[in-house]
Amino acid sequence: MSTEAAAAHGPTAGEYIVHHLTHLNTTGHAQTSVIDFSVINLDTLTFSILMGVLGLFVMWRVAANVTSGVPGRMQAAVEIVLEMVANQAKGIVHHEESRKFVAPLALTVFVWIFLMNSMDFLPLDLLPTLWQTATGDHHAYLRVVPTADLNGTLGMSIGVLLVCLWYNVKIKGLGGWIHELFTAPFGSHPVLYPINFAMQMIEFLAKTVSHGMRLFGNMYAGELVFMLIALMGAAWGSAGLTGPLLWAGHIVAGSIWAIFHILIVALQAFIFMMLTLVYIGQAHESH
Amino acid sequence: MNLNATLFAQLVVFFILAWFTMKFVWPPIVKALDERAKKIADGLAAAERGKHDLELATKRSAEALREGKEKSAELLAQAEKRAAQIIDEAKAQAKVEAERIVAAGKADAEQEAVRAKEQLRESVAALAVAGAEKILRREIDAKAHAELLSAIKQDL
Repeated sequence: MSTEAAAAHGPTAGEYIVHHLTHLNTTGHAQTSVIDFSVINLDTLTFSILMGVLGLFVMWRVAANVTSGVPGRMQAAVEIVLEMVANQAKGIVHHEESRKFVAPLALTVFVWIFLMNSMDFLPLDLLPTLWQTATGDHHAYLRVVPTADLNGTLGMSIGVLLVCLWYNVKIKGLGGWIHELFTAPFGSHPVLYPINFAMQMIEFLAKTVSHGMRLFGNMYAGELVFMLIALMGAAWGSAGLTGPLLWAGHIVAGSIWAIFHILIVALQAFIFMMLTLVYIGQAHESH
Repeated sequence: MNLNATLFAQLVVFFILAWFTMKFVWPPIVKALDERAKKIADGLAAAERGKHDLELATKRSAEALREGKEKSAELLAQAEKRAAQIIDEAKAQAKVEAERIVAAGKADAEQEAVRAKEQLRESVAALAVAGAEKILRREIDAKAHAELLSAIKQDL
């Protein structure tokens, strides 16, 4: 690898990756403990809000100038996405009143996650380098993909969980829902109450964690592969043919991975949206 | 891969964005989509109606054409019949007129013949009287013989 050459001017491969996986947070250095609620990742929050505002602003402009006549291209594009989400929502959540909130929620989730995932398409070092230049600190941390941060994805999946809990209570009534917690899935019998309740709790936990983890895992892994490919490019100065060959390999591998990543970006956004609808749909069904 | 308060911030952002979409993005677009769907449905219905109307009109015009043809044929037949009738009437009238003329001619001729006969009788009578005068060589007393003369005249 390029470690020896890189060591002369910059970080080793390990240092490079660790640096790129460290968030810009309120402490200014890497978070030491696994869970610390006094810390906020400024980069994740900034880029997720930025992407959310960008996506919603575009859709809001379209909505403000919407026409029922011949639509423009932008309106047609937004309509296609909206229609897709509306149809999925109609097929999964069989409750007209709920869909007034659930369908827009699903649209938001899809567009927002798609844009956040798309931050991966920017050159890996572009924004971090700009940030380091702007602050004058050449070790400043910055991660640009909010969905490659577990806080970002779990934040959204917990949001979905809260919506599910809300609809459980709203549709079945508090009593009905508590009754269901103790009697489903195995049946109504005092002996089965604790087992049922434990199963329900595990189900909620598994749903929420897997929902957030799936998106996080995909985007984190994708980002990591981009970093490894970038390291190949950084081997330009290596001795002999190795350097140029690795550099050429980084162009080829980078292109292939970026193209494949388009699929992952769209697919993960779609999956997150679909699971959001499915979980909320389940909250409407009584056992 | 550390958990921190970003999670809660993201949670709040999530709901704010969803609320914004629900309030300002979704309803106008869905309304426009529904309106367009209605417009298209109305347009299709109107087209269907137009097609139906056209069919009806075509049928009606064909009917009218057929009726017109029938009527004209009928009128033609009537006219022909009427013409034949007029000719027949004229013929009959001519015949009657001819008969009348012939009858009048005949009557004239008969009258003429009667008149000629009368003249002839008178001439004969006169001739007879003259002959008788000559035979008798005597003057006939016209008065005395008037009765006789008129009887002769009658006989002739």
